[in-house]
Amino acid sequence: MQEHDLSFVRVEMALAQSAPASERGLGAWIRKNLIASTGDTILTIIGIVLVAMILPQLISWAFINAQWTGADRTFCATVAQGGIQPDGWSGACWAFVNAKFGQFMFGRYPIDERWRPILVAILFVALLVPLLIPKVPRKGLNAILFFGALPIFAFILLVGGVFGLPHVETPLWGGLLVTLTLSFVGIAVSLPLGIVLALGRRSKMPIVKMLCVIFIETVRGIPLITVLFMASVMLPLFLPAGVSFDKFLRALIGVSLFAAAYMAEVVRGGLQAIPKGQYEGADSLGLGYWQKMGLIVLPQALKLVIPGIVNTFIGMFKDTSLVSIISMFDLLGVVKQNFNDPNWATPQTARSGLVFAAFVFWLFCFGMSRYSMFTERRLDTGHKR
Amino acid sequence: MASQEILREEPSRGSFINDPKVRGIVFQAVVVIVLVALVWWIVQNTIDNLTRLRIASGFGFLRGRAGFDISDSAIAYSSDSTYGRAILVGFVNTLIVAFAGIVTATIIGFILGVGRLSHNWLIRKICMVYVEVFRNIPPLLVIFFWYSGVLSVLPPPRESINLPFSSFLNQRGFYFPRAVWGEGSWLILVALLLGIAMAWFVARKARQRQMATGQQFPVFWTSAALIIGLPLLAYALSGFPLSFDYPKQSTFNLTGGFQVKPEFLSLYLALSFYTAAFIAEIVRAGIMGVSKGQTEAAGALGLRPGSILRLVVIPQAMRIVIPPLTSQYLNLTKNSSLAIAIGYPDLTATTGTVLNQTGQAIECVLIMMVVYLALSLLTSAVMNVINARMALVER
Repeated sequence: MQEHDLSFVRVEMALAQSAPASERGLGAWIRKNLIASTGDTILTIIGIVLVAMILPQLISWAFINAQWTGADRTFCATVAQGGIQPDGWSGACWAFVNAKFGQFMFGRYPIDERWRPILVAILFVALLVPLLIPKVPRKGLNAILFFGALPIFAFILLVGGVFGLPHVETPLWGGLLVTLTLSFVGIAVSLPLGIVLALGRRSKMPIVKMLCVIFIETVRGIPLITVLFMASVMLPLFLPAGVSFDKFLRALIGVSLFAAAYMAEVVRGGLQAIPKGQYEGADSLGLGYWQKMGLIVLPQALKLVIPGIVNTFIGMFKDTSLVSIISMFDLLGVVKQNFNDPNWATPQTARSGLVFAAFVFWLFCFGMSRYSMFTERRLDTGHKR
Repeated sequence: MASQEILREEPSRGSFINDPKVRGIVFQAVVVIVLVALVWWIVQNTIDNLTRLRIASGFGFLRGRAGFDISDSAIAYSSDSTYGRAILVGFVNTLIVAFAGIVTATIIGFILGVGRLSHNWLIRKICMVYVEVFRNIPPLLVIFFWYSGVLSVLPPPRESINLPFSSFLNQRGFYFPRAVWGEGSWLILVALLLGIAMAWFVARKARQRQMATGQQFPVFWTSAALIIGLPLLAYALSGFPLSFDYPKQSTFNLTGGFQVKPEFLSLYLALSFYTAAFIAEIVRAGIMGVSKGQTEAAGALGLRPGSILRLVVIPQAMRIVIPPLTSQYLNLTKNSSLAIAIGYPDLTATTGTVLNQTGQAIECVLIMMVVYLALSLLTSAVMNVINARMALVER
């Protein structure tokens, strides 16, 4: 039975109404995001002018006017410069990148032996991808293969000299191969070394602490170029006569030590952020120093500083380009070396080669930074304030 | 009594090897012994190598004649100058490019950082693209891009590009009119200093009065009038001593004016543009780090948006911004050593040349390290002072 009185009780929900027309659609979005006020409108106009000035030129240079194929410089030079392009032409010379692609990737690595770096690269990707995807099982085995077996295998394969593989000297290495090798070794060495230095800096032993502080602060205070100079000029002086290091190895040592100092400061930041209670809790459980650090403190500290660690990786990846100054040919070095090739010397060559190199570097760095953001979100246990 | 004695004896009952103190001492002793042995070995090797190569150690070589030319020097230098002078030229060049780079990078970086938080979608996206592109490219590549990709493909001097204020741009760099200070121009400088001093004094008095009575005084306009007006007055009084030396086109080259070499220009532009991307991120984080409640509370107190930004948000954001900003300044200074790649004679480049000519590797690398370390310490000292002034004064 239903009671009837003057009060009204709604039994069913009112139908949702769509937002007012002024708040909907493209018009509202433009009003809110582009022309909210007079100042905003002026900014938008400045922005549009800026984009209109740069973007069409960029697109026409990189795609529409670009020369994609060709055998030599005539394809990328204007008539006045002795080529086939109309005067006033301005476009990327991708033909140059195309022709030199092998060199950009492998340097002067013998062409018959290039299957070796390619095989290493395939294995590298095949082991890295499952390591990066959280859902794939058997992380332990994967990590052992990636950090333990792969370097040994890659060393044998790339250097050669055993199992009937011809020996390839490191001065022949070049291009992306050198960039990636330097970065991988640098990353693999600098992280553990950085952790040890950070622990040393927070140690209670005064001499160890002082040595770590001196090392970290000195290295962080000088440019990488100076370190590389030191590695290439002074290291031979420090060793007994007759003993000489491979130049590549010297650069590797320089880059790794340099990155380790920066890594140490990042890790120290994480160690300082762990509350004292965690250290004391570990002590009260009767754990020794290494157990305390390895099982309680470091897992928490490292998780906190993942963005910093990846930033250091990115910085180091970019810094490997500096070895071109001590006349080693990483990706940037090879690209720059090829500017001087008389077969390809045009006003567009340098620009095209550098844009290509920039794109490769950008892909790697941007990828790393996005992956670190993903990991950060995944590992976020909600303890952050 | 008996139980107490047992307690007292307890620490010594543990094994001698497991005592952390003993372990620490032993470990450190081992480290010291290994280190001393290593250093001794290195020193022995170095002495052997140096005697074999017949290189005399010591800094005496700095007084020798350099014998090489430096393309860009701010202080007097010729190939007859000493090695020490050459290194000093490099040092001055490093200072110039680092200082110019820091100023420009800070300005661009702040604009970009604020732009990334703009309400305007287009501005936000433009700033984002800039930051994401430049952050992920090696600085050396940016330098090469400016040098080989842009500046060296400019037209030759005869077809220079004309820019406003009779400046020119061509392969050999950027030319602009040079100010020639005539007789009596010191008056202008004195007037400028006087203007700054008076403006500072006015600002102080105005602040005291506002604190005491609440009355405000138009400090900005008064200071502007003092700082600009006084030198202008002095300029007029001393009979207009300032004239300009304009760059003029001659048959093969531009003569007169002030020339900025392409090496300097590309290094300076690349360092500024590259570091600006990082500064933008720092500024953005700083502004985002000021809680929204601060803005709202300031609004509730009746402050206008401009005052909120100036009096409430920026002072708090600066606290977050300054420490990472310091390390970016240091990075820029250190990155200026990339000058060697394009032949700008900075400290690393000139010292490197000296090293190659004299073979004094240890001394030269030592000079480089000490100078860069000193620069780093100096920059962080200055920034620490600023930081201390800005820091939160807590009870």
